[in-house]
Amino acid sequence: MLYIKCPHCGMRSQNEFSYGGDATVKRPELDKEISDQEWDNFVYNRKSLRGKHWELWQHLSGCRQWIKVERDTATHEIFNTLKANEEIS
Amino acid sequence: MQKYSIFNLVKNAFSGHQNWDLAWKDPTPKKEYDVVIIGGGGHGLATAYYLAKEHGITNVAIIEKGWIGGGNVGRNTTIIRSNYMHDDNALFSEFGMDLWRKMSQDLNYNVMFSPRGIINLAHSDAQMNVYARRGNSMRLNGIDAVLLNREQVKEIIPMADFSENVRFPIFGGLMQPSAGTARHDAVAWGYARQADSMGVDIIQNCEVTGFDVSGGKINGVRTSRGDIKVKKIGLCVAGSTNILAEKLNMTVPVETHLLQACVSEPVKPILDRVVTFGAGHFYISQSDKGEMVMGGDLDGYNSYAQRGNLPTLQHVLTEGIAMMPFLSKLKMLRTWGGIMDMSMDGSPIIDKTHIEGLYLNCGWCYGGFKATPASGWTFAHTIAQDRVHKLNAGYSLNRFNTGHLLDEKGLGTKTWIS
Repeated sequence: MLYIKCPHCGMRSQNEFSYGGDATVKRPELDKEISDQEWDNFVYNRKSLRGKHWELWQHLSGCRQWIKVERDTATHEIFNTLKANEEIS
Repeated sequence: MQKYSIFNLVKNAFSGHQNWDLAWKDPTPKKEYDVVIIGGGGHGLATAYYLAKEHGITNVAIIEKGWIGGGNVGRNTTIIRSNYMHDDNALFSEFGMDLWRKMSQDLNYNVMFSPRGIINLAHSDAQMNVYARRGNSMRLNGIDAVLLNREQVKEIIPMADFSENVRFPIFGGLMQPSAGTARHDAVAWGYARQADSMGVDIIQNCEVTGFDVSGGKINGVRTSRGDIKVKKIGLCVAGSTNILAEKLNMTVPVETHLLQACVSEPVKPILDRVVTFGAGHFYISQSDKGEMVMGGDLDGYNSYAQRGNLPTLQHVLTEGIAMMPFLSKLKMLRTWGGIMDMSMDGSPIIDKTHIEGLYLNCGWCYGGFKATPASGWTFAHTIAQDRVHKLNAGYSLNRFNTGHLLDEKGLGTKTWIS
């Protein structure tokens, strides 16, 4: 069982959350010229590395807020959580 | 190579089975090979075997970080099927079914292929319509498919819950009678033994640390047991694809996720088919030892852990008990996990890459075991001829760029959502 510290509600069990994928993927800016490759990288291509990984989770059965979680993909250890609008340092 | 036969079995019995040849050797890596396959799983071993057998390329090394057959080929639930709707998937898998039927003879190794049939249960009229459509598509591609009504399903699997007041009543099912199971470890060992006998070097405990790429071409691979010069490399590493792609400065349309499976304590024969629950994600068969072999959803977040988490297992087994209530009486014997290379449309990739001499085989999601022979056969063709075969033409890497996705399940890019 993972325990995730929701920045709004505190420590809660994994059962209350749903997963949203890599949090570092940025949608290309719409008012600029965008290459097919940039769209590919946004929609499909992922690093998905072993080790520390910033990812999105939604506290679906809690406050329903999206949050950012820094978790190790090999050990499942959670290092840090942020609100969705907080920048990853 | 010593042939496995009843005569050799009797002959060796006289010497107490002390004089059998080793099934494969433990060679030291050479300085140079024609082809290096990275990943000693089912697909990598099959690729090496077909490179030698179909294309006469025997100066081949398989490089494996751990031991052969220790990844997903040793961790799956052994289901073999070709019940796909889309042509690319159906024709590829059915080609594989032919190889499965011949495999024990071909490899001189009993892989215990058991074509016991698979039944996908339907729990609504709408689902019956979808299965009718899929069954018709399968039959147009020459694959056997039978649409069963509720009574027919009840005759085959009476132990399922056919009571009236259940949340997901069984309306019927789609059966592929020729589908089945096989002894997964034997597949890896059979391919390894034959590949080794034709001159392929199987190098275990050898980690790839980097690649020698210059001018857009592969020149070699760096490993924990020395550098190897090679012009062609086949990447066949399933859940570790992203790790090696990073060493090549590539990003791939693949994420690594965790899938669990489990077996119950062994019981007397009760289930002689593979059955899947249609209102969720759960599948079950009974092994020859009597264990109920079960699996279902991914844990749902990126993971390299190769071990599972209880909430998902509980969710999956709840579905199982809804489908077959007798399962609640059984004790769990083992649970385990493996890491899946989840592609962004749920279909695999067997293709060349933008680097000359680098070939990619990945994205099998949780359906890699059944594809072992067809994947090896087509990947060997792609490497040997430097062009894709028509069977794996649909599994191109650039389909994500051109929009020719092969989304069998229509899940979109988040194939890990359950």
